[in-house]
Amino acid sequence: MSRKTETVINVVLIGALLLVLFILEQTLPSTHMIFTVLKKGAIYALVAVSMNLLNGFTGLFSLGQAGFMLVGAYTYGVLTIPVADRANVYMYFNGGLIQFALHPIIAIVLAGVMAGIFAYLIGLPVLRLKSDYLAIATLGFAEIIRAIFQWDKLGPITNGSNLLRSYPSYKSLLFYFIASGVCIALIVMLINSTYGRAFKAIRDDEVAAEAMGINLAHHKQIAFVVSSFFAGVSGALLAMYQTSVQAAMFKSAMTYEILLIVVIGGIGSITGSCISSFLFIILSEWVLRFLDSEMYIGDVRVPLLRSGFRKVVFAVIIMIIVLFFRKGIMGTNEFSVRRIFGRSADKKAKGGSANE
Amino acid sequence: MDWLSRNLPYLMAGISVGGQYALIAIGYTMVYGILRLINFAHGDIFMCAGLIMVYASTVLPIYVCIPLVIVATVLIGFLVERVAYKPLRSAPRMSVMISAIGVSYLLQNLALYITGGLAQQYPTIPWISDVITVFGVTTKRVTVITPPLVILLVIGLVFLIKKTKIGMAMRAASKDFETSQLMGIKINSVISFTFIIGSFLAAVGSFLFFSNYTGVTPTVGAMPGLKAFVAAVFGGIGSIPGAVIGAFLIGIVENIIKGLGWTTFSDAFTFALLIIVLIFKPTGLFGEAAADKV
Repeated sequence: MSRKTETVINVVLIGALLLVLFILEQTLPSTHMIFTVLKKGAIYALVAVSMNLLNGFTGLFSLGQAGFMLVGAYTYGVLTIPVADRANVYMYFNGGLIQFALHPIIAIVLAGVMAGIFAYLIGLPVLRLKSDYLAIATLGFAEIIRAIFQWDKLGPITNGSNLLRSYPSYKSLLFYFIASGVCIALIVMLINSTYGRAFKAIRDDEVAAEAMGINLAHHKQIAFVVSSFFAGVSGALLAMYQTSVQAAMFKSAMTYEILLIVVIGGIGSITGSCISSFLFIILSEWVLRFLDSEMYIGDVRVPLLRSGFRKVVFAVIIMIIVLFFRKGIMGTNEFSVRRIFGRSADKKAKGGSANE
Repeated sequence: MDWLSRNLPYLMAGISVGGQYALIAIGYTMVYGILRLINFAHGDIFMCAGLIMVYASTVLPIYVCIPLVIVATVLIGFLVERVAYKPLRSAPRMSVMISAIGVSYLLQNLALYITGGLAQQYPTIPWISDVITVFGVTTKRVTVITPPLVILLVIGLVFLIKKTKIGMAMRAASKDFETSQLMGIKINSVISFTFIIGSFLAAVGSFLFFSNYTGVTPTVGAMPGLKAFVAAVFGGIGSIPGAVIGAFLIGIVENIIKGLGWTTFSDAFTFALLIIVLIFKPTGLFGEAAADKV
């Protein structure tokens, strides 16, 4: 299969997906569960892919994602609350310090930039550390970020530990898919560039990579900043989706969830992360909901079912995946048109399946 | 004198909390010493000990509860190792760490399910929860007995590690995992034993900790857990006296910061300390330098 037909099929598939989403949006009532699930799934797909860029492609085991999402979410919220509503939102801080509002799209980009700046500064000391020390240090920094954003003295900017709300948000499902899709496409392009190859070299063997002339510190810093940039963007999208945001929700448990999504999808597989974030959200928010409510079959109450049981079942499923299906859904493979449609054609030409 | 009476409560709270962190930190440092694994679930095992006490004390008298809680916590620690870490012995380190995070997620969600998300009131343990007055400061007896108790336990533990056969096996395993296996050390029982000791100390720590902070929530173990880990790193991972000194230091400084009115940053301090230590002296206070072979 030629490159050209592959591109055509990809474009057609993406177009078809968007069309289906558009039709869904036009036909179903906007409160339908499917929209909640798909929006959140798209946001989590982005943050999972950004984490995969670090953990899966560069071999940097970082647990700071929730912190950078927080930075993004707050940057977005703080910069876009309409001036008229500021007095109301910042009621404890005399209307706050910032008295302007930016266009949402600009604010989303700035959210990423802000998270990137934080990541750059944090990366300077932290990226010298290795494996689990890096994990703990990034986890620690995420907690520090959370503490600082909730600090009273910063209240005029961050509203302390109170909610940020009344900022504009896009309701359309398509927006979330396009925004997240564009970002993921950018990450994929980075991974396929020379930088991406350097990242993979660092992941496979740091010493060998250094010997081949790859500047370790420089490349690690790039991966860290880019990953955090997109985590910041996804934080902004999450803020938008939730219509209100509070620093308290960006706990380390959130990072763990994202990490588990990456693991389920396969560490080192972009499409795996995307598939598993939709699966994760659909299962946890929708399909397994019934486990949380009491149920009667005839007159007999089904045992165990009550609030919270869903998460227990879910955690058990995750443990089973972590222990017995360590490769996750995709391993390090990618889902691609070439793999599905092009196998027979490739066999003729090269005598093997496409390598990706 | 005025200054002392104003600041003594914070100092005492710091020493006491430090002792409780120390008991958790030992569990981290021992497991890390042997398996090179940050046992993320350790803080949650500590939380489980608290919850078991809450539920056990509703049906049983306290003096039955205490041994029961210790046995149950040890059992949980043992099972976690057998189920979640043992199958991954030959897997990359990252997989084991992910498994540890998975266990932590599971235990927290299980606790959330059992408690219904409400903070549970920890029972009052007689004698150690009594209110006493020291140097004009009213406090609970637990504050005063924590430091000597911790030191006693640590001495016992150091004796165990230096003088007994199993202790020697543990030291050998932490020096070189594979060679010790070749020398006929039953590595699985050594690791299980390590988890048993760690969980036992976490259970003891939970009695002391929750006598002061009586609300048991599903995530209550996370922060003390992380702090204890930082203490272990500070003292030099694998070193028990180091972990204890680190824990006391963190407990005291944290409470001094709280006393100065900077409560927001008391947690941040811990991690700042971690980063400073890792950058300037990655082996910690008493850790041994290990050269990376290429």
